[in-house]
Amino acid sequence: MDDRVILRVGAKILIPFILLFALYVQFHGDYGPGGGFQAGVIFAAGFILYALVYGLGTAKRALPPQAVYVCAALGVLIYAGVGFVTLGLGGEFLAYNVLAHDPEHGQEYGILFVELGVLITVFGSMVAFFYAFAGRRKIQT
Amino acid sequence: MVELVDVAVLLLLCVTALAIIRQRNLFAAVMMAGIYSLLSAGLFVVMDAVDVAFTEAAVGAGISTVLMLGTLALVGHQEHKPKHRPILPLLVVVLTGGVLVYGTLDMPPFGDPDNPIHHHVAPHYLEESEHEIGIPNVVTSVLASYRGYDTMGETTVVFAAVVGVLLLLARGPGPRRVRVNGLWTTVVREEDPPELEGDDESGGADAPEPRESDDG
Amino acid sequence: MIGLGLFNYWVVIFLMMVGFYTLIARGNLVKKIIGLNIFQTSVFILYITMGKIAGGTAPIFVQGEQDVVYSNPVPHVLILTAIVVGVATSALGLSLVVRINEAFGTVEEDEIQDMAL
Repeated sequence: MDDRVILRVGAKILIPFILLFALYVQFHGDYGPGGGFQAGVIFAAGFILYALVYGLGTAKRALPPQAVYVCAALGVLIYAGVGFVTLGLGGEFLAYNVLAHDPEHGQEYGILFVELGVLITVFGSMVAFFYAFAGRRKIQT
Repeated sequence: MVELVDVAVLLLLCVTALAIIRQRNLFAAVMMAGIYSLLSAGLFVVMDAVDVAFTEAAVGAGISTVLMLGTLALVGHQEHKPKHRPILPLLVVVLTGGVLVYGTLDMPPFGDPDNPIHHHVAPHYLEESEHEIGIPNVVTSVLASYRGYDTMGETTVVFAAVVGVLLLLARGPGPRRVRVNGLWTTVVREEDPPELEGDDESGGADAPEPRESDDG
Repeated sequence: MIGLGLFNYWVVIFLMMVGFYTLIARGNLVKKIIGLNIFQTSVFILYITMGKIAGGTAPIFVQGEQDVVYSNPVPHVLILTAIVVGVATSALGLSLVVRINEAFGTVEEDEIQDMAL
């Protein structure tokens, strides 16, 4: 029996809770400490833990690098996209008041989508950094 | 009570920072940088900055440590001894520190509610956020709504960093080049790449071959 | 809290100078980036210290209570941005260090200067 059983089983149990906690932090950022950045980093930490325990090849099959790069760009697109939608609806750039029937709901929708964009970009970035460093072959000097 | 925790954490931070300078094993230095990040996250909680503490703990002690360990795996753990005594850097640092301390003599006392920093937009955000935006966490409402442009810029900066890291590191290392007679030349590898070499050795080194000697 | 006066700021300046010294006096490139991180984090401590109000609490509205003193949220927002930008900078710096190592075979500044000049 290989000696990394504890790591494998422990990681297998913990990773779903780490990802769930990241989503909790994201959506409860309005009511307590939290928000897009923290949630993105914690979400990425779940995947990095998977890569550390099960190997980079397995992690790259679970989450292909191309998907990660797309995520990094998609978040910025969502953020700027919210700005352009508000422009289209008659307000200024990133004026969330026009997004719904009354300003308070508009602000809530705006903040929701914007934080989602931040989550996706930060998640994609952290995993992309990890793949870039961990996948590099060590040269002989 | 709060002052006690504040002073204790600050002194621990000083000790950790000094230990990082002296430490020549880079693995230990990176671990101590992680400790430094976590201590500063604790200090942020004492200063009522809970969002910042969360981010510092996740980013500083989490991602930063992972990236530095990844780099150490590629470049090596040990720092060489410094060759000459650092008199000039020490002088520069002491002078800069002296000037900064002279600058702080004009600062308002710590924790006073009448400080100039609390007079401009902060009361507006704290009073109007309840009606205009309606979410309890003022930091999120300022970050995402009142200062939404800055956050968009920050997201773009993170994306730009990803582009930069991918430009530098996405393709594997090229063929090995060494400096011969002042010119860079490419080494043509004739032996196997290092990883395969290593696997063979570890697989074949455990069982010595039985040799029948002809001592008869 | 007001009795602490300028102690917080002086300790922060000391930490900044420790980070600055590591950045300029040590030759190993990874150590320099660690020094840069120490410097950055101590600047964050300076900003957050300036935003604290004695007797205040975190700037999250408490339901149903009036007359609660909240600490200033604006420095918190600035530093949140700065932390994430700082890690992006460190990641870029470390990837440059990896490439330098592959080009020169070492990450010690004096050896690289001897080789490159």
